[in-house]
Amino acid sequence: MTDMNFPFLSVLIFFPLLGAIALFFADRKQVRFIRIFTLVWTLLEFAVSLPLYWYFDETWNGIQFLERMDWFPEWGVSYLLGIDGISLLLILLTTFLTVLCVLCSWKAIEQHVKEYHITFLFLEMAMIGALSALDLVLFYIFWELMLVPMYLLIGIWGGPKRIYAAIKFFLYTMAGSVLMLVAILALYFHYHHETGIYTFNVLELYKANIPLLKQYWLFAAFAFSFAIKVPMFPFHTWLPDAHTEAPTAGSVILAGVLLKMGTYGFLRFAIPLFPAAAFAAVPLISILAIGGIIYGAIMCLMQTDVKRLIAYSSVSHLGYVMLGMFAFNLQGLEGSIYQMLNHGISTGGLFLIVGMIYERRHTRMIADFGGLSKPMPVFAAFFMIITLSSIALPGTNGFVGEFLILLGAFRSNMVYGILATTGVVLGAAYMLWMFQRVMFGQVKKEENRKLLDVDKREAVILCTIVLFVFLMGLYPKMFFKKMDATAAGYLEYVKGRNAFYSLATADQKTTEMPLLAYAAKPTTDKGY
Amino acid sequence: MVVTIPEFAFRWIIPEIIVAVCALAVLLIEVFSGTRNSRRFSAFLALFGACLALYVTLALWNQQEDIFYNLYTIDDFGTFFKVVFLVITALITILSLRYTERGEIPFGEYYALLLFGLLGMMIMVSSNNFITIFVGLEIMSISLYVLCGLLAGNLKSAEASFKYFLLGAFATAFLLYGMAFVYATTGSLDIAEIADYVLSGDFYLTPMFMAGIAFLIAGFGFKTASVPFHMWTPDVYEGAPTPVTAFMATGVKAASFGAFLRVFYTALLPFMEGWSGILWVIAVLTMTVGNITALVQDNVKRMLAYSSIAHAGYILIALVTGDRALSSSVLYYLMAYTFMNIGAFTVVILLGKKGEENTDIEHYAGLAKRYPFLAFCMSIFLLSLAGFPPLAGFMGKFYVFSAAVKAEYYGLAVIGVLNSAVAFYYYLRVMMYMYFRESEMPSEEINLSFAYMLVIVISAWALIHMGIFPRDFLLLARKSVDIFI
Repeated sequence: MTDMNFPFLSVLIFFPLLGAIALFFADRKQVRFIRIFTLVWTLLEFAVSLPLYWYFDETWNGIQFLERMDWFPEWGVSYLLGIDGISLLLILLTTFLTVLCVLCSWKAIEQHVKEYHITFLFLEMAMIGALSALDLVLFYIFWELMLVPMYLLIGIWGGPKRIYAAIKFFLYTMAGSVLMLVAILALYFHYHHETGIYTFNVLELYKANIPLLKQYWLFAAFAFSFAIKVPMFPFHTWLPDAHTEAPTAGSVILAGVLLKMGTYGFLRFAIPLFPAAAFAAVPLISILAIGGIIYGAIMCLMQTDVKRLIAYSSVSHLGYVMLGMFAFNLQGLEGSIYQMLNHGISTGGLFLIVGMIYERRHTRMIADFGGLSKPMPVFAAFFMIITLSSIALPGTNGFVGEFLILLGAFRSNMVYGILATTGVVLGAAYMLWMFQRVMFGQVKKEENRKLLDVDKREAVILCTIVLFVFLMGLYPKMFFKKMDATAAGYLEYVKGRNAFYSLATADQKTTEMPLLAYAAKPTTDKGY
Repeated sequence: MVVTIPEFAFRWIIPEIIVAVCALAVLLIEVFSGTRNSRRFSAFLALFGACLALYVTLALWNQQEDIFYNLYTIDDFGTFFKVVFLVITALITILSLRYTERGEIPFGEYYALLLFGLLGMMIMVSSNNFITIFVGLEIMSISLYVLCGLLAGNLKSAEASFKYFLLGAFATAFLLYGMAFVYATTGSLDIAEIADYVLSGDFYLTPMFMAGIAFLIAGFGFKTASVPFHMWTPDVYEGAPTPVTAFMATGVKAASFGAFLRVFYTALLPFMEGWSGILWVIAVLTMTVGNITALVQDNVKRMLAYSSIAHAGYILIALVTGDRALSSSVLYYLMAYTFMNIGAFTVVILLGKKGEENTDIEHYAGLAKRYPFLAFCMSIFLLSLAGFPPLAGFMGKFYVFSAAVKAEYYGLAVIGVLNSAVAFYYYLRVMMYMYFRESEMPSEEINLSFAYMLVIVISAWALIHMGIFPRDFLLLARKSVDIFI
């Protein structure tokens, strides 16, 4: 790694905000200018995020690109940013998907175009902030900040039941996160009690030695908040509504990034802060995850609305992510991280596809379609590939993630593995059945005969998605090499901490803290 | 004994003197001239008085002095509150400029009473003596009884005034009773001496002392609009002229909490176990009742009234904990609360016109389309009221809840945060109307005059600034409560 004093993360966070402010002064009538400006801006943002990938030191298993500024030192609140292999890939996914979202809104959004793009840039800022914040207060602020733009996206540009969906989305997530706030404070005061230091710095708080009972409670509060966001069965009921009513780009970003905030929260905060509680919660979380996999799949089989079907498939896919994460072995963890990216690409792609047919037909009901492959052959090919990647066909990205997760699940607990595998079968069933009903057969409706095939803009969007489907399916090393060290270090650290806690309870005395592998990489200038 | 008042002590109360002189001057102008220009002049005189007093008050920072035989105290705690009151009054004066012209409000009395109310508040928070606190509270209350009823010919306003007066008189009686009982037990009206008595070995709990504390809580509870002493709040807030409502929701509440805090944290803190349980119940009730009732309001002004009850509950959380250092969260919260409430009420005023308040939520439909900036600022006020980061309201809540968690009142903290999650519903509901709904009524022109926009922009900026850079404000608040430590 070269001498990295350039504040990449701060730039990444505040660059979209700058664009939003600039757009604020744009003339609302110049719609085309606003679209092009936002597209260029998000492309630039993506370009700025790419060096993260090149400069990321894959041999170091801790935090990199650390930035630190005092914000409120008397309280131990700091502006602390940093990423590891997990957040690196999620940030890249965010900047990538945002570009596609701007592109796919080109025609779909015709009202309040200016406000729409401001909202979107604001959302991008909050997402990247949440993914790179290492201070709990800072994280909480970004975490909450994501809510308002998403609320507005659903509520202003959404479908017929948008207001209900928007409020449901907001209140559900809010209810979870306020409990996390109490847990954050409790952890903060606990750490102060233990060490005499006031800090919200996660890297410091990882070292806290929390009594088991307290740890269970705090883990429960964090996990509740993240589980709603993931969403884990049975906290998922906001998701189908939010997805169905959101505009296409909103659904893409919701599925692609916002849901990952929940799983990311588990990885970054809930598990390493409270490892003993996390290990104790393995059966509960695994069962809920498997419940989500199967329940989501069964719900998919019954849907009549394509978008709602894909929304439920998210519940199922996120179940795999949680299952892999809580297998606590390398295969499961890496598969889980990979599945997060996959889901962003595949489900994001499916939402884009649905958006495209919705723009043409203004309906999403499966019954209204049929035989679309005749008027739209190119579209059908794209749709097929993305569908197969969602089913996890070998050669596509979905296979790599799902396979690793199942491998991890079998290694940790045979029963979980067997149960989860049924979800794979169901997944193929509902996706292929849906695809068959929409695309194949005779053209039953007259309106469907004259449908136009993809135009250039749509082809660009779908090509990039398909490119990543195959890239991630055929050459996963490109992504794994960035997260290998992080994942290994992470597991070593979490397991070590858990062992430490069980030792401490067994001996009734505090043993020496294990060596912390999961530490920040020292930067040249900050001396942290 | 010949009592001589040392003259040099007057220099400590120059701000109070300025406010009183300006109030009297405004009254005199009213008597001798009634032209339109003189109306403006009385408003500007009031504003000038508030600003001058603010300037002088800032010089009192870091000063500590007991004057007038310990009847009056200058300390950072009082100075902090005085600054808040003066800012409130200045903002209220600015936004009343147009309002008094629009409505049938006798302007002379209006600004004079506003200043007298301010004077009462300033006296209330800067004393260690029960008598002075009571005198301040009465000056404030009587001014407000009249202010509430100033909308001539408006029945709701008259009802508000009468209701407030009757119930307020009872509450004041309770407060006085409480003070008398405490005096009967401890033999002193000075809260520092009461603290000495409580700390001294021969303190034992008499029913009279307990009753005294209960009465004090009832009296302050009334003024801070805490459940179950809140019954007057919605009607009075709804009926009073909106700037007066804003004044009550911010100034009166802040002053009452100031005196509340001073009495309970100086005199009665050693005896915490005797009252923190009662306050715990009151805090939970206040938050919950305020929020649940606000959920079903269709009138924005009334909704803000209930929300102000709920906010009293959050502030009470910090009072319950008895943490001296973190009692500064009350101060920060009140400061943040001031700006968000004044901002929100200003928008409420803007939507009204002569004779009609237009406070129904339907009137907010489609506001974002017609007045995007106004809707944006209103969203900031609402989100801050709801406690959304990174606005000042969030920092306030964060600070208050941290007091609860630190003192290990986990149940209270959880109830508090769940309440604030519930509260999002009704704040978002107004936002939903502004952004998501189309207006079904004939759209009316809103007179975006400079004075209103000034108040709105100042409030919005203050909320963002205090939210993102809270450090200076928190340190000020922290410094102000040094007197308790």
